Amino acid sequence: MTETVNLQPFSRRDLAWHPPALAPDYKSSHLRSPQHPPISFPNTLSECAGPVFGHDIIGPQDHDLIVNYASSGQTAIGPRLIVHGRLIDEDGRAVPNALIEIWQANAGGRYRHKKDGYLAPLDPNFGGCGRTVTDQDGAYSFHTVQPGPYPWPNGGNDWRPAHIHFSVFGSGFAQRLITQMYFEGDPHIALCPIVQAIPDQAAITRLVAKLDMEKTIPMDARAYRFDLILRGRQATYFENRPEGS
Amino acid sequence: MSADLKESPSQTAGPYVHIGCVPSFAGLEGMYRGRDLGAQMIRDGVVGERITIQGRIFDGAGEASKDAMVEIWQADSAGRFNSPGDTGEASDPSFSGWGRQPTDGETGLFRFETIKPGAVPWNDGRQQAPHISVWVVARGINLGLHTRIYFSDEAANADDPLLSMISDTARRSTLVANRSGDTFHFDIHLQGEKETVFFDV
Repeated sequence: MTETVNLQPFSRRDLAWHPPALAPDYKSSHLRSPQHPPISFPNTLSECAGPVFGHDIIGPQDHDLIVNYASSGQTAIGPRLIVHGRLIDEDGRAVPNALIEIWQANAGGRYRHKKDGYLAPLDPNFGGCGRTVTDQDGAYSFHTVQPGPYPWPNGGNDWRPAHIHFSVFGSGFAQRLITQMYFEGDPHIALCPIVQAIPDQAAITRLVAKLDMEKTIPMDARAYRFDLILRGRQATYFENRPEGS
Repeated sequence: MSADLKESPSQTAGPYVHIGCVPSFAGLEGMYRGRDLGAQMIRDGVVGERITIQGRIFDGAGEASKDAMVEIWQADSAGRFNSPGDTGEASDPSFSGWGRQPTDGETGLFRFETIKPGAVPWNDGRQQAPHISVWVVARGINLGLHTRIYFSDEAANADDPLLSMISDTARRSTLVANRSGDTFHFDIHLQGEKETVFFDV
């Protein structure tokens, strides 16, 4: 077996770029944030390797939220969207064969979850989840409806911006990432304590998908472009790794 | 590295993470042909000692989280990973190495049916004690938390290179799951006196 694989350790994560564990305006973080700083150690095989999911786990409609929960002949209600982009690493290399899972509320801001009791109704033809595996260029694409903003019990009158949750695998378990995609121009982005937990405006901008008229399908669906970046690998290989292991 | 090529910033998985990652738990029976990814780690014929790992995730007030999601990643019983990243001998084809479970909506328990992993090397050729990598996300957690499970019945823990790096020796025990029959109990404390050691991997 001579397939080229990458076992190099990962570049260190810039913890000042990510939101801190305790973000005072996001109230749930108060009791769920560790008080000790995380302990660093050199990556081992446990962190550098990770699960890889073949394209064979993906059903033909898994990436299409407009139809993947709908009754036969029906479609979800809401503005039709294509959400697409590339998954690359910090060195600009494509991350192929990586699983991306998304979930979102429906067009009215209601989640199909047993714990969501928001008064906006469920859409009988919308489940709200999708998944795909990136191609050789790291490209991915979903078909969905635009989610609505929704209120949440944080401050007295907090509303989440319209958003889509993304769960991403790379090639190593240390790259595991969950984030959220927002929509260009949404005035709720500046008001949201979850978004604003990210300290750097440049980092926030990275989570805002841009309207992409090039990929829009006339008379059918608008497109938004959302690129994702995972941790890169360091230039040095493991030292003193036993021969053949 | 330019700012354009920094890692995408993390955001909380939120309280409805199950819709995307464990749809049948959210109530979407039948989605993805009714099979939640990572629900089953072992198949008939798996090599090694079958074990159960279970525990709860407690917040700083001692309340068990009922909306979290836990993922684990581990070697097979021979210390091989089911990953293109492990270029050694092929891993056990009846073992996935990766599992994903929600914490129960009423009891807060998470539970994995798996096998006890073999030892894998540290970077200088020493062996690490058998361990399982753990990743926790939930509402209120802005960046997924990495920790590890070690096993109370492994003498190798005493020489484990990573456990030895934890200077506050009293905290090392937060990473050791306690054995009772075939079950290992591993509670995670997000905050406070019993706070679990988390890693910047």
